[in-house]
Amino acid sequence: MQAKTSFIKALSAVIWKDLMTELRSKELISGMLVFSLLVIFIFNFSLEMDARTRNSVTAGVIWVTLIFAGTIGLNRSMAVEKDRGCLDGLLLAPVDRTAIYFGKSIANLIFMLIVAAIILPVYSLLYNNNVISLGLILVILLGSEGYVAVGTLLSSMAVQARTRDILLPILLFPVIIPILIAAVKASNGFLNGVPFNELMTWIYLLIAYDVIFTSVAFMVFDAIVEE
Amino acid sequence: MLKKLDFSANQGEFVALLGPNGAGKTTFLRILSTLAKPNFGSVTISGFQLPNQSAHIRQRLGVVSHQPLLYGDLSAEENLKFFSRLYGLHPAKDRIAEILKLIGLEKRKFDLVRTYSRGMQQRLAIGRAILHDPEVLLLDEPHTGLDQDASNILDGILNQVAMRGRTVVMTSHDLGRVANLASRFDVLTRGFIQASINIKDLPKHGLLEYYQDVLANSDEKVKAHAS
Repeated sequence: MQAKTSFIKALSAVIWKDLMTELRSKELISGMLVFSLLVIFIFNFSLEMDARTRNSVTAGVIWVTLIFAGTIGLNRSMAVEKDRGCLDGLLLAPVDRTAIYFGKSIANLIFMLIVAAIILPVYSLLYNNNVISLGLILVILLGSEGYVAVGTLLSSMAVQARTRDILLPILLFPVIIPILIAAVKASNGFLNGVPFNELMTWIYLLIAYDVIFTSVAFMVFDAIVEE
Repeated sequence: MLKKLDFSANQGEFVALLGPNGAGKTTFLRILSTLAKPNFGSVTISGFQLPNQSAHIRQRLGVVSHQPLLYGDLSAEENLKFFSRLYGLHPAKDRIAEILKLIGLEKRKFDLVRTYSRGMQQRLAIGRAILHDPEVLLLDEPHTGLDQDASNILDGILNQVAMRGRTVVMTSHDLGRVANLASRFDVLTRGFIQASINIKDLPKHGLLEYYQDVLANSDEKVKAHAS
């Protein structure tokens, strides 16, 4: 009889599986990307903005785009597990179930960062406003981590429901308001040249949110997925 | 709902769990497979107790459910590779090749599972379930949706598993098939085991009549209790 599978092996197996299935189907990233680009186009055509207004709304547009696209990704990521009973297949494995959670979270984070890496240059081109900076990349990393930490947890709850597509945003959006505020404020600061030390409050808030929700998910995931 | 259910199976026994729809067969198997938690009572498998030692139990269990628990966008080989990593099999290559040969999918091992017929998916589902050579195999109506040929192949695989001294618990509505597979027949109805009989003790008129007699007696008892 083989030994109980280690946390790291299980985690890497789940990440490998999610990346492989996405590589084959391309359903998740293509859905998120098309949606993101459409949102950016719609904002571009619906808001007639001068340069100053554009600078003030850029962070908001980017984060709203990422959050909405992320919801599509989270829903799809869990729907794949539910479709053929695959979630049961994962839960039957003799692994620490939090390894499943972290594996799915990391895969979701990778998908979200890929989408961000594509939409930022598109935004810069379309709005004639270079938004790519180290500060913004840091905020996107921290903000996306917190978002997928809570999003993966809530999507594993919502996937059990028949109305999962509607349920996830209803559960998720109120919970991520603090991260959205911190991410938009920090992003806005970086885009407008505010010094790093003046934005530390928002960065600390993002880090605190990431730590709290990752810890909460670590503690409750097993109970959530159990009938 | 299950109530006062008392069930035990010896090592190497092949138990067919019979009963009408809604009797609680699937719920019972989900509890045994650690996917559902009973409100009260105790479950011991291979000397390990639920829920505290569920990881040890999952290591010793193979489960085939209504759904294939397989990823459609991965090939048969990739699915088995993924689950072998979750079950800590190392090296897994030889075991995967052995399983693919056993279930007769060697030639289609690189094809995506979503291109498989229902019968092929079910064979692969069994391959996934026995990949880690479990002590106990739980099957929930594995013949559902299979044609004669696919059912015969499935029975051949199950016979091989039983011959290796593994304990098998299988729910089914196909009395003709289970009569040739199982060594014991338990009838579950109204939430508990109404009757249990070994194959050598089966009356001459066979399993079908025995099963109908048990159900008829159960209905009479309920009517008498109600009046």
